[in-house]
This record gives sequence, C-alpha cells and structure tokens, in this order.
Amino acid sequence: MSLSVDEKRTLLRTMLLIRRFEEKVKVLYAKKTIDGAIHLYIGQEAVAAGVCAVLRNDDCIFSSHRGHGHAIAKGADLNGIMAELMGRDTGLSRGHGGSMHLFSTAVGLMGGNGIVGGGIPLALGGAFSAQYEGTDRVSVTFFSDGGANQGVFSEALNLAALFRLPVLFVCENNGYAATTPVTASTARIDIAGRAKAYGVPGVTVDGNNALAVRDAAEQAVGGMRRGEGPHLLECVTYRVEPHCGIIADERAPGEKEKWLEKDPIDRLRVSLEEEGAVSSAELEGLEHDVAARIEEAVRFGTESPWPDPDAAHNRRWAVEGDQA
Amino acid sequence: MRTIKYKTAITEAMSEEMARDEKVFVIGEDVDVLGGVFKMTRGLVEKYGARRVRGTPISEAAFIGLATGAAMTGLRPIVEIMYQDFALVGMDQLVNQACSICSMSGGRVRVPIVFRGQVGVGSREAAQHSRQFESWFVNTPGIKVVMPSDARDAKGLLKSAIRDDNPVLFLENRMLFNSSAEVPDGEWLVPIGRAELKRPGRDLTVVATGGAVRKSLAAAASLQGRVDIEVVDPRTLSPLDIDTIMASVRKTGRLLVVQEGPPQASFGAEVVRRCVAEGLSSFRAAPRVLGARDVPMPFSPVLEDACVPQEADIASAAVAMRAE
Repeated sequence: MSLSVDEKRTLLRTMLLIRRFEEKVKVLYAKKTIDGAIHLYIGQEAVAAGVCAVLRNDDCIFSSHRGHGHAIAKGADLNGIMAELMGRDTGLSRGHGGSMHLFSTAVGLMGGNGIVGGGIPLALGGAFSAQYEGTDRVSVTFFSDGGANQGVFSEALNLAALFRLPVLFVCENNGYAATTPVTASTARIDIAGRAKAYGVPGVTVDGNNALAVRDAAEQAVGGMRRGEGPHLLECVTYRVEPHCGIIADERAPGEKEKWLEKDPIDRLRVSLEEEGAVSSAELEGLEHDVAARIEEAVRFGTESPWPDPDAAHNRRWAVEGDQA
Repeated sequence: MRTIKYKTAITEAMSEEMARDEKVFVIGEDVDVLGGVFKMTRGLVEKYGARRVRGTPISEAAFIGLATGAAMTGLRPIVEIMYQDFALVGMDQLVNQACSICSMSGGRVRVPIVFRGQVGVGSREAAQHSRQFESWFVNTPGIKVVMPSDARDAKGLLKSAIRDDNPVLFLENRMLFNSSAEVPDGEWLVPIGRAELKRPGRDLTVVATGGAVRKSLAAAASLQGRVDIEVVDPRTLSPLDIDTIMASVRKTGRLLVVQEGPPQASFGAEVVRRCVAEGLSSFRAAPRVLGARDVPMPFSPVLEDACVPQEADIASAAVAMRAE
C-alpha cells in the first residue's frame, strides 16, 4: 500500500465531513428540527470512507439503517441528505424515505434499509446486474454484527459464492446490535470466518484505521473486478452513540473511553501530522470548509419547502407510464 | 386464433418477452432444470441460455432480494415462486423491500419485477401448499395483483406484467393449468387494471377470481332459465376496476363475490365495501361474499372440498339471493 498524500487527505476530509455532519444532526434532532429515528455513525467513519474511496461512481452500495456516513462517502449531495432528514421536498427521496432511506442513483447510492440485514440480498442484485451486463462494476452491502445474525446473511453468502457475484460484504462489527452487546448476541465472534465457510474470502481489519480499511477494500474490489466473485471485510469498530437518537444505553465502565483513544479521525490526523503531510493551518482550513458545507446544508434544508400532500406524485405509489 | 393451454400461454408469454427485451430474465428454484417442477419455464434455458434462466438454491429470501436489487439496477426479473406459500419465507424482501422501494425513494428508483407462480385448492396438498393470500397483497401498497382465470388472459396479462415498471404479483391457478382457450395469434396484451365480463346476465352479478371463475360460470350455466347470472372477472385485484363491476351491479342490483380464500378482511370484502360506497341505492339485496372456511386448508379430499365454494354452493347462494 502506498497512498499519495492527496489520497490520505481525501480520506481525512470524508471522515471529518461525516463526523461534523453527524454532530450537527444530533443537535438538530434534540431540537426536533429532525424528526423520526436517527442512527448516528460517529466512530465508524473509517469504514465508509475507506471502502467508498476505492469505488467508482458506477459501483453501487446498499446501506443500512445507520447510513448517513455511507451516503456522504459515496458522494451523495449533502444538501439533499440534510433536506431528506428534515422531511423536505428537496430531499434525496423527496421526503418519502428519511434518514434510513437515502437514495441517489447518480452516485450509486441504492438506499439504506429499515430492516437489519435487509439490504444484503439486494446488494447481490446490484452485483447480478453488473455481471449480467458484462461490466466490471461491483456492488457493496454495509451491515453490522446485528445484520450478520439474520438468516439472509448466510443465504446471501451461499448464493453470491454460487453465482460468483462481484459483491463486497462489509460487516461493521461495531460491538452492539440495538442495545445488545455482540458478546451476548453471537456465539462465535468471527464474521470473516463465516464467509470462509461458504468459500468466500473473508478478512478482519481494524475498522478504526482508515488506511487499513481502504487497503483491504482495494484488494477485495480489485479481485472482484477480475471476476473472483464475492469478498467479505469484517471491520472491527465501535458505535460511540446509542442505537437510535439520543436514547441512553449502558456501556461497561471504561469501555467507551478505551475506544475513544482509538478514534479513527484522530489517528489519521496524527499520522498525517507526523508525516509532515498536513500542517495545522491546513487542518484548520479543512475544518472551516467542512463547517461551511454543513452550514449550507442546514440552510438549504430549513429553507426548502415541505412536500405537498395533495401533489399527485405524493398520492400514488405506481410509476407513471406503466401498463395499467 | 389458436386454442392453447393455460400453462402454455404462460410459457409463451415469458419466451416472447425475453425475445423482445434482453433485460428480462427468469430466476427461481429449478427453472433451469427441465423447466421447473411445473414445467412453466420449459425450453427457456435452451433458447435463452443459463445467463437468463437462473436456477437457485431453496433460499427464497436471498433470490427474491437478489431479483429486487437487479430490478433496482436496470434489469426486469421474472421471479418464479414454486408455490406461493413459499414466498412467505422471503416476505421481508418481497414486502419491505420490493413493494416499498419505489415509494421510499420518492419515485427515483423503479422496481420492475414480476413475482409469478401457482396457487390453488383441490389438489390435496394441505395448508402449506394451498394458501390463498392474494388478499394480503391487495392490502399492501406498492404491488399490483393479477389473477388470470383462462389461457387468453394469462398470456396477455403476463406480457403486460413483465412490461410494467412496478412490482406485479402474478398468481397462476394450478387447477387451470390444462384448461384451454382461444388466444389471438401474434402480439397479445391484456391491460392490467381492467375487469372483463365473462358472461352477461340480468339477475345477479357474480364477481369471481382465479379458480372461482370457472365454478361460477358452471353454476350460471346450470341455472340457465332460473337465475340469469352475470359473471365478472376482475382479473387484476389491485388496482381494482370498480367501474366495470359497478356497471354490472347497477344493472342487476345483486352482488355475490366468490373467492377461494377466507372472506374476512379479504378481497371479496373489499369489493363489497367499494360497491356499497359507490352505489348503495343500486342494491336490491344485501351483497354477499362466498369464500373458504376459516381454517388452514386440510388435506383429505372430503375436507378440502367442503372448505371452498363449489359449483353447487354458488348456485344455491344465487337462487337464495334471487328470491330476496
């Protein structure tokens, strides 16, 4: 692995954009500017940033309920994401999906999912289309240790291996499924090992190390583009925030503190500083740019119109121009 | 015009649409092995190759989800469900995913997919192979529900379903597989969402679906000269062609809905609700729904036959209503 300074800076920028976005969402949610269910990605930024850094625009991703980070890393419009979280007509999904259902086909963002593990089989379909059309596009599914305990995970591993589909299973083992720790939900904590049982190459990586995630994703995606079939990455990370919104949950004493020492953004920043690849003035500039982007997204969202409940497109589910 | 069997009509429809559109493919259990358990895909793998006719493991959730993801990314899957009862194993992928994604994306993602396969009662296969669950899907926004009762409609409606940009549940009745009808030569399309008058009459409107259509026509013939029965087949259960049904009810003043599933909270109950709302003053007798007993379908021929409306049951209900 030999990343250019620019590539490393891009990773840092993506992670910082996700972090500051999520911090703002947390504030807006507490103020009820954002309604519904919000699942924050704070602490897991290295996974979305590292994986999406090796994807092309025409590769597709199928995200989870904790999907803001994936949407941002895949390049979806920040204004559209924020407006969707606010339920506005200008949102990515025109206010029909909300936080868990962010779609932007132009950048290959094929939606999050309100069902844990629900997006895994769908991602096989994105890979099937790529293979059917004879392209080297790939498809990625993001899920968690919780999603890995759904039956579809096992079914999908088998089917993907059988069809040699170019699908990357990214398990973000963040330690918790809702409020249940992985040690209480999973008999043997080795998600990568489950992939191997189906003949799918599986590796476990430090999910708080953006460079390690990017490197592992690059190798997996490269192999998939060459027709190797599916791969799995188990990214070991930590969900800093509670499962949903600002509902408190219980953590073992000292657990969170231990993980905060391994904060993925701090780690990459310090390593870039030590390399002399980024100055403190540049870091300040980066923070400033990110803050401006988020401020603009909030302004865009709050100034956007609400959807019109009486508008024809908000009253029907069927696509126009069909046979009916 | 040619006289062909119901099952031949279905195979022909798929084959013609696969020839017409390269994006159409068939996926499901055994579809590439001798044309599946019911031979509905016979000849397709020889004609279109293994790339477009994909047999799967017995993993309904995985292949329903795969097909849904493929539809989201540009293909037009036909998913064969061997018995509709088995779709229940993949219900999350079918309902939470396939039926919901177009709407959840604010209409930005289309899901052109056909779920087709056989249903029916009378073949002595007990509860897990005889479920009539079309009413569940009438109650599910995001999917059209089609139930042809003869070869002519089966061919024309399946071709329309494959061209539709929305999910379509296409229910084939196994008791009709070997029934024959005249089907026009060449391109033959029946629009989704239109009912058809199968027999004109003045005394009573019988709205019948699927396997109940044939029984209702037989009952009408047996009452020739005593009760003049009009038989309307909705053909599409959702969206419902209420205008054709109401035109008949306004003429006869009497409505009997006949179905092979249980009546409570069912399609039949919905027809009555719509008709009463549209024209209460048109009724000369209380509308009725004739359906299955409220039990999981039993195996024994004697028990199964007693559980679903037979020709004699329809005839006696018609005579009783004529006297009101």
